[in-house]
Amino acid sequence: MEIPYAVKPRPDTGLYNAKVGIWLFLASEVMLFGALFSSYILLRVGAPAGTWPHHWLNVILGMINTIVLIASSVTVVLSWASLKMGQFGRYRVFQAITLLCALTFMLIKSFEYRDKFNHYEFQLKDGSVVDGHVDWEKTTAKVPKWIPFKLSGEGKIVVEHANVISKYPTTAENHAQLMEGPAPLSKEAKEAEERPEKEIEVSQVKAFSNYGPWHNTYTAIYFTLTGLHALHVVGGAIVIFMIWGPLAGVYRKDPVRYTNRVEVSGLFWHLVDLVWIFLFPVLYLL
Amino acid sequence: MSNSMQHAEHSVAHDDHDHSAEEVRKHVNRYLLIGLALMIGTGLTVWAAFIDFGKFLPGGESVNWNVIVALIIACAKGFLVVGFFMHLISEKKMIYSVLAFTVFFFAALMYLTIWSMEHSNIVHLQQ
Amino acid sequence: MDSAHSAHSHTHAHDHDHDHDHGHDEHHELGFWQKYIFSTDHKVIGVQYGITALLFLFFGFVLMMMMRWQLAYPGHAMPIVGKFLYKILGPSMVGVEPDQMVNGVMVAKGNPGVMMPDLYNSFGAMHGTIMVFLAIVPLAFGAFGNFVTPLQIGAPDMTFPRVNMVSYQFYFWGGVIMLASFFIPGGAAKSGWTSYSPLATVADAHVPNGQTFWIIGMVFLITSSLLGAVNFITTIIQLRAKGLSWMRLPFFVWAQFVTAFLLLLAFPPLEAAGVLQLMDNLLGTSFFLPTGLVVAGQASVVSGGGSPLLWQHLFWFLGHPEVYVLILPAMGIVTEIIANNTRKPIWGYRSMVYAAMVIGFLSFIVWAHHMYLTGMGTRIATFFQTTTMMISIPSVIILTALFISLWGGSIRFNTPMLFALAFLPMFGIGGLTGLPLGFNASDIHLHDTYYVIAHFHYIVAPGTIFGLFAGIYYWYPKITGRFMSETWGKVHFTLSFIFMNLLFMPMFIQGMEGMSRRMYDGGTFYLGTDQVHGLSNWVIGLNRNISMAAWALGLAQIPFIVNFFYSINNGKKITNDNPWGATTLEWQTPTPPPHGNFEKPIEVFRGPYEYSVPGHVTDYTTQNEPDKHSHGNPVRS
Ligand code: HEM
Ligand SMILES: [Cu+2]
Repeated sequence: MEIPYAVKPRPDTGLYNAKVGIWLFLASEVMLFGALFSSYILLRVGAPAGTWPHHWLNVILGMINTIVLIASSVTVVLSWASLKMGQFGRYRVFQAITLLCALTFMLIKSFEYRDKFNHYEFQLKDGSVVDGHVDWEKTTAKVPKWIPFKLSGEGKIVVEHANVISKYPTTAENHAQLMEGPAPLSKEAKEAEERPEKEIEVSQVKAFSNYGPWHNTYTAIYFTLTGLHALHVVGGAIVIFMIWGPLAGVYRKDPVRYTNRVEVSGLFWHLVDLVWIFLFPVLYLL
Repeated sequence: MSNSMQHAEHSVAHDDHDHSAEEVRKHVNRYLLIGLALMIGTGLTVWAAFIDFGKFLPGGESVNWNVIVALIIACAKGFLVVGFFMHLISEKKMIYSVLAFTVFFFAALMYLTIWSMEHSNIVHLQQ
Repeated sequence: MDSAHSAHSHTHAHDHDHDHDHGHDEHHELGFWQKYIFSTDHKVIGVQYGITALLFLFFGFVLMMMMRWQLAYPGHAMPIVGKFLYKILGPSMVGVEPDQMVNGVMVAKGNPGVMMPDLYNSFGAMHGTIMVFLAIVPLAFGAFGNFVTPLQIGAPDMTFPRVNMVSYQFYFWGGVIMLASFFIPGGAAKSGWTSYSPLATVADAHVPNGQTFWIIGMVFLITSSLLGAVNFITTIIQLRAKGLSWMRLPFFVWAQFVTAFLLLLAFPPLEAAGVLQLMDNLLGTSFFLPTGLVVAGQASVVSGGGSPLLWQHLFWFLGHPEVYVLILPAMGIVTEIIANNTRKPIWGYRSMVYAAMVIGFLSFIVWAHHMYLTGMGTRIATFFQTTTMMISIPSVIILTALFISLWGGSIRFNTPMLFALAFLPMFGIGGLTGLPLGFNASDIHLHDTYYVIAHFHYIVAPGTIFGLFAGIYYWYPKITGRFMSETWGKVHFTLSFIFMNLLFMPMFIQGMEGMSRRMYDGGTFYLGTDQVHGLSNWVIGLNRNISMAAWALGLAQIPFIVNFFYSINNGKKITNDNPWGATTLEWQTPTPPPHGNFEKPIEVFRGPYEYSVPGHVTDYTTQNEPDKHSHGNPVRS
């Protein structure tokens, strides 16, 4: 049995099946990310005035990643164009670059993630707050990177470039602000002394967490949006790789079908790029 | 209408019906240019993020111009990707109708949700 | 035409040589797994969906029958199943009645089998979830949509047969995950089918819990629906037979088409919401948890800053389109059956099609009518009130068109038709009672009462489920080659119709009297001393009548179940491939249809409901019958 229009376009719609299918799928993806963007906006306007974190992320890394993804989008469309012109070799080269871009993107992303997981905020029993990266070599206490954030036993924790805020806010309002992270405390942060390093004893710590998704609603939505996007990058790269490598034999037998596959996977890849084009300003810049 | 069509538009319209090797060859340079434009856009949006537009644009503090500018740039970049890399400007009617609905519902989801939260005490705009 | 069937077989599949390496294996004997479990044939998948969904329908019904015991006789041990549940679910879920004492002497030992509050909540949440996502949608969309749609459009299969198979697998495993959650510590999800946060996040102290399973199960089900929706839409757009233009599509196909769009665009936001709630549940984020959240008297350790209303918005953005996912396919089925049994064209076919499209469109912008009591502003409430009133118009158009279609027909009152006819007033009652809910002034009184329960059950139970029963009786001969028993079908119908109404009608009264939904004790806590304070004895007493009707309704399904299985081998055999004398294409294939469906490519010459055309030999003209002037005499099978 042969499904009609699997390769050739149907005359009245001018489309082959997979092209209709992928656009429908992309439409649902738009709604998926749309819902998450709505959530982002709501959480942001719902945060007490002035408490939404700004510039918590490394703009340079974000920008490099944006450029990497844009470059990959260019190579994806060029690889499809090469196939259209019958240049299989060039297609392969372009798509190899795409895959490298995907890899680079994921590497940079994982550096950024790691950075956030090493960044801690300790609330001490004397009411002060210590914020910074933990120096794992000098630290002797067992500090978890994952929930639940509980310390046991003894030992010390060494925080690099610690930002120390001496007064722990006590009123409900200040408390709410603290929940949103150190940014709202910038006034006090100015007064706070910048120290290169700070040592804390386990027994001093009242509560703490790192800057994982659980830290506040900003990190939560940041990890969710970028995590879901990263899953799409990985998924898209796997599909592109499969067509590029293991399934390349299809090209000889049925070049039209093969080119269609490249086109469809390319459409998905462009959507991934598109989502990032919005994620970058929203999370890194605004 | 077809008589008054400009040459550039014509080639797009033609491309629509036939992604022939010849047509595709003509477009390679265009893809490269768009890639370049996207990169410039990226630089632009970063640059814009560090300027306080509220200082010299109308509305002052009450309008968050930085958000508006960033979104305009992002939309322009998005248009380039969707329009040319994804060939949407020369796509079939069927796809347009599907996407029109999607865009509408997307907008409804965003706008109505935020509108209905405006008066709710969960939103701390007043603080 | 019948004789032609056996003559040509599979001559059309061989013109593309290069395709032979793509798994064209229909000529080989398929193993059991490929034939019945991982089949890519839309008809097998349709039947898989149907059987699985009917099992879930039954299971969801059983849950409800147990809950009805607790409402009618709060605190009493459940008969029949009580001891068994006590054994498998343990004392935290199923309790023991207190011993009966007289003057300090025990006269009767208490029986085990009392439904504990947690179990009641679990059963309630899972009843709703199972009925909506695992029973009705898979039956209406998965089963009927899969089996009938490609046949009605003259297609050999879905555009993406393998995706279709994957879609069923996702549904199946999503169901397994949901069922498994009953047996984990703490039991299944307890926060209603709506899973409102923060309740859903804090209901259990430990993770993973029932809610975790619920979300993961939902992600499976959503994935299944999304894949299905893409497949359906693509199939309807791309694989319509030659000559089958949009306005020649049977209304059933239109209904499935709009339904697929609803699923495609409304489900992703719930998927997003599910991911967020999963993060709240497992990773300690606060998407839906507000600052200052206090749980069981203790300040919660989460960061806070989230919005419980956000969940409600994302949920109802799916939730309202979902209710039309529940009803549209049933409308489609009913339309086919009414046309067939009145032997008349459907009145106002075009307006029905447009109405279905308008419903689809508007259903995306009414969702916050479920949230009037959340304190939204008056202007936005007015907006949603307006759109809600607007959406009832197309529903009324469809209903009216179907009523008018009955006018002057020589109606055949067979079982499918009886169910289809009953659908009309039942849906009418459900729809009309929705209006007071849509006005935000009256909704303030009615929200979250039994009135709401009655409203939507009138639509989904005597409405959609009757439509589905009609479809089962109608297409059964297509699948098995035999009819289901008419006599027992009528018994099934009559009893179901009576008990459905006895079951749901009193709930309107209870609701208007102020009885809230989701109360573990059936409202006895609010038993008032006089008419002003609290619920009257009579209103609470209705619980017993309702429960009796529910159990009776359960018994009334026995004729159906027996009939269903008995008729597979013993039902009356059909004498030709078009036993109901229908016009649409699904009856133009052999019975049951082979892999690839049609024996030769099919061409369509006319609209879907050409019944009783004057001057025609028979009282129906099939869609693929050529016009007289172009192809000589009409040939009839
Ligand atoms: C015809 C016009 C309809 C109107 C005006 C309408 C209106 C409403 C409103 C306003 C509510 C919310 C009531 C409340 O919670 O206070 C509601 C609840 C509900 N409706 Fe409808 N409805 C209509 C049709 C339907 C249809 C066709 C279905 C399903 C097949 C449906 C299923 C439901 C369900 C499931 C709920 C309850 C949700 C829950 O809270 O669990 N309704 N309806
Ligand atoms: Cu609704």
